[in-house]
This record gives sequence, structure tokens and C-alpha cells, in this order.
Amino acid sequence: MITAEQKPMEEIIASVAPFNSILLVGCNECVTVCAAGGRKEVGLLASALQLHFFKQGKTLDIKEITLERQCDPEYVEELVNSVDRVDAVLSMACGCGVQTIAARYKEKLVFPAVNTKFMGASERQGVWSERCQGCGDCVLGITGGVCPIARCSKRLMNGPCGGSTRGKCEISQDVDCAWQLIWDRMKALGIEKRYEEVMEAKDWRTSRDGGPRKIVREDLAS
Amino acid sequence: MEKFEPEIVALCCHYCAYTAADMAGSKRLCYPPNVKIIRVPCTGKVDAIHIMKALQKGADGVYVAGCLEGDCHFKNGNIRAKHRVKYVQKILNDIGWSGERVDMITMSAGMGERFAQTAAEFTEKIRQLGPNPIKLAVDQKSSAVGE
Amino acid sequence: MKTESRLEKILSSGKLAVTSECGPPRGALPEKVKEKAEMLRGCVDAVNVTDNQTAMVRMSSWAASVIIKQMGLDPVLQMVCRDRNRLAMQSDIIGAYSFGINTMLCLSGDHPKFGDHPMAANVYDLDSVQLIQTVKKMRDEGKFQGGADIAGPPKMFIGAAANPFADPFELRVMRLAKKVKAGVDFIQTQCIYNLDKFEKWMEGVCERGLDEKVHILAGITPMKTAAMARYMKNKVPGMDVPDDVVKRMEGVPKEKQAEEGVKIAVESIERLKTVKGVHGFHIMAIEWEQKVPEIVERAGLLPRPEV
Repeated sequence: MITAEQKPMEEIIASVAPFNSILLVGCNECVTVCAAGGRKEVGLLASALQLHFFKQGKTLDIKEITLERQCDPEYVEELVNSVDRVDAVLSMACGCGVQTIAARYKEKLVFPAVNTKFMGASERQGVWSERCQGCGDCVLGITGGVCPIARCSKRLMNGPCGGSTRGKCEISQDVDCAWQLIWDRMKALGIEKRYEEVMEAKDWRTSRDGGPRKIVREDLAS
Repeated sequence: MEKFEPEIVALCCHYCAYTAADMAGSKRLCYPPNVKIIRVPCTGKVDAIHIMKALQKGADGVYVAGCLEGDCHFKNGNIRAKHRVKYVQKILNDIGWSGERVDMITMSAGMGERFAQTAAEFTEKIRQLGPNPIKLAVDQKSSAVGE
Repeated sequence: MKTESRLEKILSSGKLAVTSECGPPRGALPEKVKEKAEMLRGCVDAVNVTDNQTAMVRMSSWAASVIIKQMGLDPVLQMVCRDRNRLAMQSDIIGAYSFGINTMLCLSGDHPKFGDHPMAANVYDLDSVQLIQTVKKMRDEGKFQGGADIAGPPKMFIGAAANPFADPFELRVMRLAKKVKAGVDFIQTQCIYNLDKFEKWMEGVCERGLDEKVHILAGITPMKTAAMARYMKNKVPGMDVPDDVVKRMEGVPKEKQAEEGVKIAVESIERLKTVKGVHGFHIMAIEWEQKVPEIVERAGLLPRPEV
């Protein structure tokens, strides 16, 4: 999923301070799962903002709504009536959701309430870790199911570097050495020999380096 | 403002603090009438939004009273509650309120005295902190209108 | 001979090679480069010029290498994958070679987190193994990494690093094999304090016949103080300083610790000379270059051969 974290309250407050009414829009997908911008967080942020502005002697009118999916124009269409009645939109979705709203409602200011972080998986309750960088050319099949691009701090395709210590990365004790994980997995799978095959220089065109990417499925596109 | 009598919401676990409140009653222990008790099946049921809404509706202070750590009827509901209270405290500090308006307290069902004592202490703490800022803002507004 | 590299000539003549290191200054101070390099004249065969070591901005390895080359010494151009993409790396290689720099070392590089620009983008377009492949392709095929022909290909003698002490140990020979497969000509190792472990690694290297395919220069760093020994033991990732080495440094009075450090270095060289597959020494006297001549002399590595 795409993970996100709420922005510092100060920044959110500053972005909505000039307005009297806002539409606070959550998303029922990824940001709900990572507890950054679902219905619950929308309620809590609305409450916090109202308490803040009450204390300032100002009533901020907040309309709360949580869409099924903020990155899908069909759902964003649901805002059509409420958007007109507010001064600005505060979105708790990932950057994709914020932009979908901005693209649909061109005359309305849209502010992000979260920082979109990474594509990750849940390690345990309340903990998410990066797992994928969307390089566009998946190598997991030859690296034992552990991604060196997303999980090695130097995205080494032929690691580990000399900084791998007791299974941890040189940058932090909290970061696993991806190549230790890859090696452990290769051993478990009995494919150690594969380690010595040099992974050639990657073609980053399939990644962000090739410019903004797009998928067009002719069979589905109308 | 004349003498400020805080309104306190106590979210009390059915298995401990709520029973302790009963115990305090049957022992005829005095505790401030400012404390309004809401019974919850477990403090693990209390969400951050409940505390926020209580403040939004004018409570001057809110505390969550659960079982002693390790004694939760549902294993760790009280620990979850503790983290949530901490989270709300952070939100309150971040928006320019005081995190001290909310707190987490633990006790067993037999601690009638502790219930009475913490109720008195928390009420006193909130009295010192002053009224919920919303009330002040509303008062100022109405007096401004009055002029 | 693949190149004009003096280091290659010495290594292929079967003599023990000696290299050392010069960290460029953090400013436009060419005289500092000359000062450091001058101390090494006559006692080493080539001088490594570090590339923004520990992720701190310094005079470019490239420019400092040119200064050293112009002094009549032989620089080893270090190049890390952290700071440049493949376009920049290849153009720097051509540029350096145009100034007669014919020996280089391909490294991953320390993570920016450790340096003075932790906010910098972390490039790693290529990794060190792929950089070796790239330089080899430029030299042997006369082609850029992207496939186009090079008019005037750079003939680089290709080095890389190996750390026998990093984890997982069982991978360390295999990773070297991978670098050999990629086309590396010589290896400089991490500083060796745990000689037993190093010898165990070398056994693995020889077992696979890698010592026949690549020249290994054993890394030696003299310790100045017991505090430095403790710091390297506890704080430097991938460094293995055994307790008895720390104790030995602590066992002598402060004013004698530097001498003890030099002694340990000399003894290590003596012992490693007898290890099969060790073809030379890379002496990294960090900000202590003036000690290199003494160590080289006491280790019986003088005079340096004429080639």
C-alpha cells in the first residue's frame, strides 16, 4: 500500500488559517489502513482544528467526508456539491488523491494534510516499512523475494557493501541489511549459486528516471 | 469569572474504576461532584475521538480510568488506552491547548479510596489550569456582542 | 599488459606492490595535495586519491589526481557510485585518462548520512561491480556502457575494494569472485587487524583460484592511539579490531602508543608477506601520511622497484 503520515499540526493549521470553511476529505484506501487519512483520522483532525480555532475565537466550519478512493475521478465526483460551499479543500489522501481533486476542481485550493511516504507493507500493528520503489522492472524473482532497490540503502544490485554488520545496515541499527536478507533467503531456497551471477547495470528508464510513467490498457481504455 | 467549577469527564472501565467508584460510594467517601462518570466495557474501547469530542462539547478535563497494568480484563485494553491518551495529549499540545487536560489513571476494583483521591486531585489540577478555552472564547464573544 | 599503469607493471613482475592514500583537502588548496603526496614519493608505487571520503565534500579525486600526476607520481583515481550517474562517471574517467591517469579504484562509497551533506540525493545509478564492468568495457571493447564507440578509449588498470570482515563472512569470498568476474585487476582490502580472520578469507580466495586472477593488496592502517583503536572497534561499520589489539595499544603509556601502532603495522606486514595470494600492501595512514615512509622501510619494502 501507499503509506502516509500526518503533516505537523502547525503546517496544517497554517494552510487552513485564512479560510472560514473547508472540506476535509479522507480516503478509504491505503491511508485508512496506515491510519493516516481514513474516516477516523478525518474526525480527529477536524476536531483538533476546531479546538484550535475555537481558542483563537474563530469558528472554522469543517465539512468531513471520506471517499471510497480519492485517486479515482468517479469517486472524486461525489464532492461536486460540497466543494462549492467551502473556501478550500484539505485532503488526507496520498499525493495521488490530492492531485485528482485538484485536477477535477480547478478553481478550488487544495491542501495536503499528510506527507506521502512510500510503498510499504505492515510489519506489525502500527509499523510500516518500505518494500517497493516501483522501478518498473521487478527483480524479486532473482533476489529471493527481497528487493535490493527498495531495501538496500545504496540500492546495490550486487551487494552487500562492506558496511553490513550482524545483519544490519551501516546507516542504522534499525535497518536490516537487504543483502543479508537476500542471502539468507537464497540459502533457504538452495539457490546460493545464483548470487555469483553479476546483475547488470539497471535500465532506469522503466523507473522515474524515464520521466512520468503511464499505463494504458487498450482493452480497458475507452 | 466567579468561582470556576470544572466539569470533568471520567471514562471508567466497568471492571475496575467503575466498581471502585461504587466502592467509594458505599464507603461514603467524598469526591468532587464535578466528575461525571461514563462507564465503558474496557478502556481499550475509548478512542482518541471520544476524548476530543468531550473537550469540544465543553468538558474542562477528561480522564480515562482503567485497570492496573497487567490486570486488564481484556489483556491489554488499558495499555492501548494509555497510548491513545498520550496521542491526544500530543495533539492538544500541538494545537496550542494543554495536554494536561487529559490523563490516564489506573486502579483496581477494590481501590475506592484511590478513586476518590484521584477524582479530587484531577479536579484540582483542572481548576488550576482554568476553564476549557472554548468556554473562554464563547464568553469573550458574547461579552463583545454585549458591548 | 592491459595498461600503462605502473602498478600493473610491478604486480605483473611478481614483486610486492605498495600503495598509500592521500585524502584531498576541503578547499581549493593544491599545495596541501602536493604536501601530502610529496611525503609518499619514493616509498610507494601509487597513491590512492579518495573521492569525497566519508561523504564529505573535498577537492575532486580527479583534480587532485592530476596534481599528483603532474608531480611525477602515480595516482589511483578513486571513484564512488554515490555522487554521480553513469554519464558523469564515464566522462570523468575519460577526462582523467586524458591527463595520463591510468589506474582507478571502483567503490560503492559511504552513505551520505555519514557526511556533511546528509540531505544530498543518493545516486547509485551503478554499483561498484557494475562500475568495474563499465570501466572494463571502456578499456577492452572501446565502448561506453550505453554501447556507443569511444574515440580513444581510456586504458584503466581496474581496482576495487574488498572487506573480508563485513557480514555475512561466507559471502565475502563470493563477492570477490563476483568482482573478478566483472573484470577487476587488483583489490585493496579493508584495514586488517584480525589477521587470523584475514588469513581464513585468503584461504577461501586461494581455494577458488581467485589469487591467480586478481592481485590482492592487504590494507594496513597504523593506529595512533588506544582511543583510535577503540573507536575503530566500536564505531566504524565493517571494521574488525580484536580485543588483544586494543589491549596492546592500551598497555603502553600514551606517548608510546603511536610507536606501538607503527610496530603493529610493521609486524602485520611481515606476517602477511608470507600469506599466499597477498601481492602487496595498501597503507592507509589517515592524516598521518608522514609515517608511511618509516613503515615501508621498517617492513623491508624499500627501495621500491624501478619498472
